[in-house]
Amino acid sequence: MNIAFTTKGTDWKDAMDPRFGRADYILVYNETEDTFSSFDNRAISGTAHGAGPQTAQQLFEMNPDVLITGNGPGGNAAAALQRSQMKIFIGAGSMTVREAYEAYKAGKLNQA
Amino acid sequence: MKVAIASGKGGTGKTTLSTNLASYLAQDHAIVLTDLDVEEPNSGLFIEKTLKYEQKRSRMVPVWESSTCTLCGRCQQVCNFHAVIKLGREIMVFPELCHGCYACSELCPHNALPMQPTPMGTLTASAAGGFDFIESRLDVGQEQAVPLIAQTLAHVDEHYGDEVIKLYDCPPGTSCPVIESIKDADIVILITEPTPFGLHDLSLAVETARKLGKEFAVVINRHGIGDDGVAEYCSREGIKVLAKIPNSRKAAELYSNGELMYPHIPEIAQQLEQVSQYIMGQMNGGEA
Repeated sequence: MNIAFTTKGTDWKDAMDPRFGRADYILVYNETEDTFSSFDNRAISGTAHGAGPQTAQQLFEMNPDVLITGNGPGGNAAAALQRSQMKIFIGAGSMTVREAYEAYKAGKLNQA
Repeated sequence: MKVAIASGKGGTGKTTLSTNLASYLAQDHAIVLTDLDVEEPNSGLFIEKTLKYEQKRSRMVPVWESSTCTLCGRCQQVCNFHAVIKLGREIMVFPELCHGCYACSELCPHNALPMQPTPMGTLTASAAGGFDFIESRLDVGQEQAVPLIAQTLAHVDEHYGDEVIKLYDCPPGTSCPVIESIKDADIVILITEPTPFGLHDLSLAVETARKLGKEFAVVINRHGIGDDGVAEYCSREGIKVLAKIPNSRKAAELYSNGELMYPHIPEIAQQLEQVSQYIMGQMNGGEA
């Protein structure tokens, strides 16, 4: 499984970013190979409009099986992500990446 | 002569001034008052009127034609607002984000994004007591005010000549809808209240008017409350204060009942006369 997180950094110990469209990074953990890949999304802060759809488009191309985030994608981004098979889990906005992963594995996160 | 009544801060008296001034000036002049606050038009609440006509208004947005699309992605590259994105083998259009610039449609090599009208609001024209009244109202759920404001201004220009004084009740703030509302105005009247909040937002509105190179002046509403900050600011910046509308319980009561104030409060009629003289001065070449 490939699991994507919206984060403030690129390591297990880094904080999750509760925002979807304006998240600093998208971090993808490949469970099979135990590796990370990431996308630096910080340029989005210069975008006045449509951050949600743009990040959704980026995530769509990274094609993870699962997204773990905080508040959850807004209406436009959610409409875009419905086109994918991705499962979305929310409520991990104040955790670290490791805590969010463990909460997901323990079934403690709600599906959006 | 086009006179935009704007404020920066909301709730400082744009509509009070617009409606009272329209009725006051209409005693001697041809007037059309237009409510450009299309997200929440309220001038009509204070005006007795008879409907003349109503028009549905649309704006143009792209619609994806999958049969001709080659999924080249040019559309999402040229859209500054991320209103068009490519998701796998599909192009998604977000009409609420679209600013109607036609870039995706015109630059698509295969004409796969033709522009089509989508409803956005309603324009109504009414005969009020002695003047004409135009109001545009966005449909519920529509997010973009600018296209409807632009169409409303064009409608007023088409139907009323230069001999008519055109008053615009503008939206609050200093963002795109306000810029659209005041950019073609000959003069901008900024109405504020004499409080720190009023002063803060007035200074932003002044910066906006200066940036646009507009002739502008200030009217102070609810004069008597707050502090001297606005008066001191205007004096320091060399900004003309045209009138000071006195704060009174009577004015608040009339407002609450949806009535005009100047017929009942002579001091307000006097202040409107000063605004009128300024407008007449500007019409006669700029010396007020």
